[in-house]
Amino acid sequence: MQVPAPFEYRRATSVEEAIDLLGELGSSARVVAGGHSLLPMMKLRLATPERLVDINDLHGELGYVRVDPGEVRIGALTRHRELLESDDLAAVHPVFRDAERVIADPVVRNRGTIGGSLCQADPAEDLSAVCTAVDAACVIRGAGGTREVPMAEFYRGPFETAVGDGELLVEVRVPRRPRGSSAYEKVERRAGDWAVAASAAALWLDDDGRIADVRVGLSAVGPSTTAVEGIAEALRGREPSEEAYAQAGAIAAERCNPVADLRGSVEYKRHLADELTRRALRRAVARCRREG
Amino acid sequence: MTTLGTRPLDSFVDNDQKPVGYGRMLRKEDPRFVRGLGHYCDDIQLPGMLHMAILRSPFAHARIVSVDTSRALAHPKVKAVVTGADLAEKGLAWMPTLSNDVQAVLATDKVRFQGQEVAVVVAEDRYSARDALELIDVRYDPLPPVVDARHALDPDAPVIRDDLEGKADNHCFDWETGDAAATQAVFDRAEVVVSQDIVYPRVHPAPMETCGCVADYDRVSGKLTLWTTSQAPHAHRTLYALVAGLPEHKIRVVSPDIGGGFGNKVPIYPGYVCAIVASLVLHKPVKWMEDRSENLISTGFARDYLMRGEIAATRDGKILAVRTNVLADHGAFNGTAAPVKYPAGFFGVFTGSYDLEAAYCHMTAVYTNKAPGGVAYACSFRITEAVYLVERMVDVLARELDMDPAELRLRNLIRPDQFPYTTKTGWVYDSGEYERALRLSMETAGYAELRKEQAERRARGELMGIGLSFFTEAVGAGPRKDMDILGLGMADGCELTVHPTGKAVVRLSVQTQGQGHETTFAQIVAEELGIPPADIEVVHGDTDQTPFGLGTYGSRSTPVSGAAAAMVARKVRDKARIIASGMLEVSVADLEWEKGAFGVKGDPTRSVTIQDVAMRSYGAGDLPEGVEGGLQAEVCYNPENLTYPFGAYICVVDVDPGTGAVKVRKFVAIDDCGTRINEMIIEGQVHGGLTDGVGMALMEMIAFDEDGNCLSASLMDYLIPTALEVPDWRTGHTVTPSPHHPIGAKGIGESATVGSPPAVVNAIVDALAPFGIRHADMPLTPSRVWDAMQGHPRPPV
Ligand SMILES: Cc1cc2nc3c(=O)[nH]c(=O)nc-3n(C[C@H](O)[C@H](O)[C@H](O)COP(=O)(O)OP(=O)(O)OC[C@H]3O[C@@H](n4cnc5c(N)ncnc54)[C@H](O)[C@@H]3O)c2cc1C
Repeated sequence: MQVPAPFEYRRATSVEEAIDLLGELGSSARVVAGGHSLLPMMKLRLATPERLVDINDLHGELGYVRVDPGEVRIGALTRHRELLESDDLAAVHPVFRDAERVIADPVVRNRGTIGGSLCQADPAEDLSAVCTAVDAACVIRGAGGTREVPMAEFYRGPFETAVGDGELLVEVRVPRRPRGSSAYEKVERRAGDWAVAASAAALWLDDDGRIADVRVGLSAVGPSTTAVEGIAEALRGREPSEEAYAQAGAIAAERCNPVADLRGSVEYKRHLADELTRRALRRAVARCRREG
Repeated sequence: MTTLGTRPLDSFVDNDQKPVGYGRMLRKEDPRFVRGLGHYCDDIQLPGMLHMAILRSPFAHARIVSVDTSRALAHPKVKAVVTGADLAEKGLAWMPTLSNDVQAVLATDKVRFQGQEVAVVVAEDRYSARDALELIDVRYDPLPPVVDARHALDPDAPVIRDDLEGKADNHCFDWETGDAAATQAVFDRAEVVVSQDIVYPRVHPAPMETCGCVADYDRVSGKLTLWTTSQAPHAHRTLYALVAGLPEHKIRVVSPDIGGGFGNKVPIYPGYVCAIVASLVLHKPVKWMEDRSENLISTGFARDYLMRGEIAATRDGKILAVRTNVLADHGAFNGTAAPVKYPAGFFGVFTGSYDLEAAYCHMTAVYTNKAPGGVAYACSFRITEAVYLVERMVDVLARELDMDPAELRLRNLIRPDQFPYTTKTGWVYDSGEYERALRLSMETAGYAELRKEQAERRARGELMGIGLSFFTEAVGAGPRKDMDILGLGMADGCELTVHPTGKAVVRLSVQTQGQGHETTFAQIVAEELGIPPADIEVVHGDTDQTPFGLGTYGSRSTPVSGAAAAMVARKVRDKARIIASGMLEVSVADLEWEKGAFGVKGDPTRSVTIQDVAMRSYGAGDLPEGVEGGLQAEVCYNPENLTYPFGAYICVVDVDPGTGAVKVRKFVAIDDCGTRINEMIIEGQVHGGLTDGVGMALMEMIAFDEDGNCLSASLMDYLIPTALEVPDWRTGHTVTPSPHHPIGAKGIGESATVGSPPAVVNAIVDALAPFGIRHADMPLTPSRVWDAMQGHPRPPV
C-alpha cells in the first residue's frame, strides 16, 4: 500500500467554511472532492498538502445539474455518474454522456467530480475538452467574492488553473444555443484508460441547415486543453459535408501539439486529432438533423 | 438457530453434483475468498509488530558515494535503519539468485537498476517508516546506463557487474541447443527460407497482491517464523538456511493465502531478507509489504527476448527446419528461476508441434541496468517465448507461400502414431492428437465461414483478421536426473492421513496462489479413495505442516504433486485392502474395490467402506499380521518425464481502419490437458490465461527511457486487460492422457498464456494483410497498429 505524507484533514460544512479553511493555509491547503486524482498523487507523494479540506458534505449545495432555458448549470461537486445519468443534460449536450461513458470505470465515476476534473487540469482529462467545446464558463468563489472565467482562460498550463489559493470552483455554466448538438470521440488503449487522444465537437446549424458555428476541444494532444482555433472560420456558412469535416480534421491535426509517449507517437496523435474530429462532427451533425 | 454469520463457510458451497472424485464442482476455497475472508500476508497482525520500508535507487546506474542515516534514526518512531554497509558487516549484503548469480540485498558499491534496494527503515508504523525514507541522504555519482540489450556487448559499454571478479563486459551466458550444422544443411537446400525479427517485450506478472512478509524471530525458542508471499515455501526455507546460516529446523516458512503469483513470487527478494535481519536484530516481528510501484519496478519480470527467427520449407508447405538466434535481456542480476541445466528455461521447445528435420537455437544473454528476474509470469519456463516465435514464424511462412495458415499447420503437425516423439532439440513429447484438436477448433470457430466473411469485409475496406496458434507445452518439472533448482531436486512429497471417522487430511508441498488446490487435490484423493472432497482437508503452504517439495510454478502442481497425491492415496488404499480382508475374513485377492468400499467378489451383501476400515485401523483388537495401526502414508514423486499439454486457438479481431484500435471479437480455445479433474477449475485457468494473452498482445509492456527510468511504475502506465477487452471465451477440449503420469493428467496453468499471444498477434497481422504487413511486435496498441498500417511497424524497444 502506498502511504501519503502526514497531513491535516478538515471537513467543511459550508462553502464559506471551505474557503476559510483553504485561505488560512494558502498554497499548502488543497480541496479534496472525489479524491480520484488528488489521493493517488498524495500516495505517490507527488502532492504533499499540509491540509486537506474535504467538501464532500457539500454535495447538497454543490451537486446538481440544472437545465434552464438559457443555460445549463452544473455544481462543481456533481459526480461523473450523475453527469452520465442525467437525461436532461444528454438531451441538450449529448457530448457529456458520450464522454462519461468512456471516463474511467464505475468506481471512479461514483466519486470523481466535474470540479475535480477541471481543477486537476490534466491535459488528458476528458471533461476539459467537453467543457471547451460547449463553451462553458467556470464560476470561482473566494473570500473576495465570485467571478466567472471562460474555459479559454481557465487553464494556465498543465496542472494549473485560474483557481487561486483560498478559492473554490463552485459551478460550471454552459450556454444553450438553438439547433446545436455535440459529440465526443476518444481512443484509449484499454477501457478506463486516459485518452491517447480525444475530440469533443459542438456544432450549431443555421435555419438553412448550414454550419453557423463549430467548437472543437481536443484532449491529450497539447499542454492544456483549449479550443482549436480556425475551425469555426473555415466551416461557417458551409453545408455539413465530408469535405468540411476533413478540413476541420486537418486544422485540428495541424494546430495540436502532442508529445510521444507510451500511448502513441506524435504522428499518430495528430492523425487521431484529425480522424476523431471528423467523427465527432459527423455525429454531431447527425444528431442536429435528427432533432430537426 | 443458525444465522448466516454462524454457519460454517463450507455449507455455502452449493454444488448441484458433488462428485466423489473428478468432475465439475465449486471450489472449496471460494466461500472465504468471495466474501473477503481470505487471510493474506498483510492481514497478519502480531503484538509489537514493526513495519519496514525500503529506500530505492532513483538511478539506473550510479556509484554510491555516501549514505547518511542520522536524520532518519532521529525520527521518534524509527527503530532501526539498515544499509548495505551494515549488511556487509554480517556478510549478508549479497545473496545468491536462483540462477547461481549473486544479487545485492542492499547496494554497497553501486546501484544497478532504478528501484534497487539501498536501505531499509524499521519503524513503529507503516507511515513513519515511509516518512523516514525521505530523511536518509544518499549521494550518488551517476554512471552511464546500459538500457538497450543490443548495445550491452559494445566494446565501450559501461560494465555493470564489476562486482564479479575480472568481469570486463556485460555478457551473462551463451547457450545453444539443436544441431547447427544439420540445420544449416537443411537451410542450404530448402526451396523457401524466411526470416523475421521478433521481440517479446518485457512484461510483468502484476499479481493483485504485491510481495511481502512478516518475519518473527522468537529469541526464546530461537525459531524464526516467516509468513511470506512465496510460491515455493520449502525451497525458500532451505535457501534461507543455506544463505543466512540459520538452522533449517529452526525456520518455519508459511505462505498464507496468496493473491496471485504467476512466477512473481518464486524468487527470494531483498525485502524478505531485510525483514528477517531486522527481526533477528530487534527481536520483534517485522512486516514488509511492497507497494504497487515497488512491485512493478523491482520484482521478477518476464520475457525480454529479442529473437531472429528463420524457417525453411518446401514450396508446397512442408516445414523442414526452424532456427533462431536470441538476445536475452536478463537485467542487472540473473535472477531467472529455472532448473540449473536450463539457463534459457524450456525455450528448447521452440520447434513447436511440428515434425521437423532439423532445428537450432543460439542464445546470448546480457546484463542491462534493469530489474532482475526473467522467468516470471506464467511463462512455463520460457515456453511462452518459444511458442510465440514458432507460431509467428509459421504464419510468416504461410504468407510467403500464400497458403492458408491452418492448412500449413495441418500439413506439418506431429502425427499421433509418432508419439512418444523426440524433437530435434531432444524433448520427448509424451502424447498428442494434434490434428483432432486443430480440426475441432476450426469447426467450433466456423473457420471456413470466417474466411468467407473476411473476404467480403476486405472488399468493403474493413479490417478483419483471423489468427491461429497451435502450441505444445512442457510442464511438470521435473525428473530429478535432469532438473534441480540450486541443487534441490524437483520432486514433491505428499502425506495422507485418514482419521478414525474417515475424514482425511492431505499435506502437499506445493502452494496455491489461486489455482484451486484445496479443491483439485481433494478431488484427486476422493477419486482414489471414495471419500467425498468435502471430507478431505488440503494442507499446504506451511513448512512445519507439509512434506518437502519445490512449490507451484511452471504448471507443475498437478503433474508433480497431483501424481504424488494419487500415489499416496493408492498406498493408503493398499493398506486399507489388507485391513478390509481381515474384517471380511477373506483373502486380499477375493476383494474388489468399488470407489469407496471393498466388497467380497461374488457376494454383494458383504462389503466394508473406506470409513469402516479407517475406524478399524485405529480401533480395538488385532489387525492382520504385519499391519501397523492407523491409516496413513507418504510418498515423494519423482516425475519420469514432463507432461506435454497442447491446444489449438483461433482468434478473430476487427481493426478500426481509422484509428488502429483492435477489438477481439471471438476466441476459440481447444485445450488438451489429459485427464480432467475439475472442468470448472480448468476453464477458470484457461479464461485467466487467455485474458493474460490478450493483455500482452495488446497493451502490456514494462518500458524504459534511455536513462533507464522505468516508465511503467503504476497500473496507470502498465495496463492490464479488463473484462471489456476480452470476448466471451469459447472453450473446448480433447482428452489425450499422459501415458506416464499416474492419473494421465497434464498441467493446465499456463497453456492459455502460452498459446494465446500468437493467436491474437496472428489475427492482427492477418487483418493488416492489405497493407503488406508480415509482422508487427507486441504490444499492439492502437498507435503501434497504426504505425504498422503506415508501413513502418516498429519494435517496441
Ligand atoms: C483509475 C482512474 C481512471 C481515470 N480515468 C479517467 C479518464 O479516462 N478520463 C478522465 O478524464 N479522468 C479519468 N480519471 C480521473 C477522474 O475523472 C477524477 O475523478 C478526476 O480527475 C478528478 O475528480 P475528483 O473529484 O476525484 O478530484 P480530486 O482528486 O478530489 O481533486 C483533483 C484536484 O482538483 C482540486 N479540486 C477538486 N475540486 C475542486 C473545487 N471544487 N475547486 C477547486 N479545486 C478543486 C483538488 O484540490 C485537486 O487538486 C481517472 C481516475 C482514476 C483513478
